[in-house]
Amino acid sequence: MSIRRRRGARIRPYTFTGGRTRSRHPLMVQTLVSVADANASAPPNLLPESQSIYELCREARSVAEISAELKIPMGVTQVLLSDLADQGFVYIHPTITGHSPSENQVLERALRGLERLFQ
Amino acid sequence: MDSNVSSNSTGHGSLVSTKIVIAGGFGAGKTTLVGSVSEIPPVSTEAVMTEASMDHDDTSATPGKITTTVAMDFGRLTLERELIMYMFGTPGQARFWFMWDDIVRGAVGAVIVVDSRRLADCFDAIDYFEKNQSIPYIVALNKFDGELDYTVEEIREALEIAPDIPIIDFDARDRRSAGGVLKRLLEYTLSRRPSQPELVG
Repeated sequence: MSIRRRRGARIRPYTFTGGRTRSRHPLMVQTLVSVADANASAPPNLLPESQSIYELCREARSVAEISAELKIPMGVTQVLLSDLADQGFVYIHPTITGHSPSENQVLERALRGLERLFQ
Repeated sequence: MDSNVSSNSTGHGSLVSTKIVIAGGFGAGKTTLVGSVSEIPPVSTEAVMTEASMDHDDTSATPGKITTTVAMDFGRLTLERELIMYMFGTPGQARFWFMWDDIVRGAVGAVIVVDSRRLADCFDAIDYFEKNQSIPYIVALNKFDGELDYTVEEIREALEIAPDIPIIDFDARDRRSAGGVLKRLLEYTLSRRPSQPELVG
């Protein structure tokens, strides 16, 4: 996929991501993120947005929930989370996509969970 | 994209998440379905699409337009203490088509919600998943007035849906009925799963 050059006001939300629009980590909308160390205080010198994300991730949250709660566009949220992960401040939980047979067991657990919830 | 998940050993347990997609025409009952089953009120977030997706959105004719923001609905279900499933609704309008790839990527399955009174509205969604081929999907007929105008087989024929794709009817307002749709989807996803690694579809 090509990346069109951004221009004018459209890029404003992206300026604090250093112009990057892609995260280096597999962050999908449903991917859960939590702080790496639940007992640590927020690292100093974070951007205000990253600080807010860090505080929110004291409990595991999905990328979509973080974006919605903090009203930060999805793409920006992904990049800021990626940076936090690079610095070791947050942990990115695995996402089950169903594309590997090894995930069958989790899908079966999911089905049993649905059966319990919607008897 | 990188495939290595950052890892550390500070006891994050085995928390995992997964996702299904709720697709269908505008007003077919997608958000109603999500609202009926979700443990949180459906969240609407603006998904200001990725820059790569912008290629499909021709803004040259509307120079005053700065960003395209599209409301994206989602809900959540905790299936086990450490297993969370999200349901993401796709934008119904065809002009937001470019967003679908982002929402659909990595989903374990999709439900196409159909309003049997307006069958044509779901054509786009069915086309999308027929072409996509990597995401298992089922078709769920929303009974708006408590009954359907057509039989399931009539609808299968009208929409040219392959015989192996499940079509079920349900009431999007009813929690148990909507939950049944999710169960059917997961059963179908599992039934299609190969025991040997190979691409499905």
